[in-house]
Amino acid sequence: MENATNNETNKENTIMSAIAATVELDCKGLNCPLPILKTKKAIDGLQSGEVLKMMATDPGSVNDMASWANRTGNEVVEHSEDGGTHTFLIRKK
Amino acid sequence: MAETKKLAIIASQGTLDWAYPPFILASTAAAMDMEAVVFFTFYGLPLLKKEIEAKVAPHTNPAMPMKMPFGSKDFQSINWPVPNIISGNMPGFDSMATSLMKETFKKKGVATIEQLREMCQEAGVRFIACQMTMEVFGFSKEEFIDGVEYGGAATFLEYAADADISLFV
Repeated sequence: MENATNNETNKENTIMSAIAATVELDCKGLNCPLPILKTKKAIDGLQSGEVLKMMATDPGSVNDMASWANRTGNEVVEHSEDGGTHTFLIRKK
Repeated sequence: MAETKKLAIIASQGTLDWAYPPFILASTAAAMDMEAVVFFTFYGLPLLKKEIEAKVAPHTNPAMPMKMPFGSKDFQSINWPVPNIISGNMPGFDSMATSLMKETFKKKGVATIEQLREMCQEAGVRFIACQMTMEVFGFSKEEFIDGVEYGGAATFLEYAADADISLFV
């Protein structure tokens, strides 16, 4: 059972690393609305189809990123959490 | 995406706590590809001054938690029971509470009002200063930041008539 879980995690990691991020943005320690504002700025600097990797520790950023993506049409292609740090891969529309 | 959504906000309060919602919502709206206008009137008008002097007044917010931004986690979670008779009368209490709030916000990674205001302007949020309040309180345009428009109720309502979200703060 434990092995199966590990395999699942590894598989996820492989998929994640398969998506190459063009730019990384560190929003760790920042609170609402800064992660969203900084993400928007960073996305504006990308070309369509390019991927932004954003890291945040604000637990509210999970729902907020989904709402932001929903409205702006950009896509959160991957979201993972490790020890309170959320990592989002966002593909620019 | 469908047509651009519009947000209209009236900012009528000038204390530090009430200064946050208009700037947070307007900057986030812009980040979500919406148009945003903030109309500053009455006590909200000084938020457009070059130097923001907004303070928090705990005696006007009886439910406001009074917490310390330093010390152990347990110490920081204590809600200090300060009666209104003290918070409303002790000289310097508002300044102390303002410093504590600013320190707590900084530690929690919350932007300052000045930062949010700058990000609003960068993102194209329009600020309108209430001309009538300027006359009543004796403010001059030189005291305000650049890029501010001036107008009255009709100016705001013309925009708000087509807004999808209208808020009075």
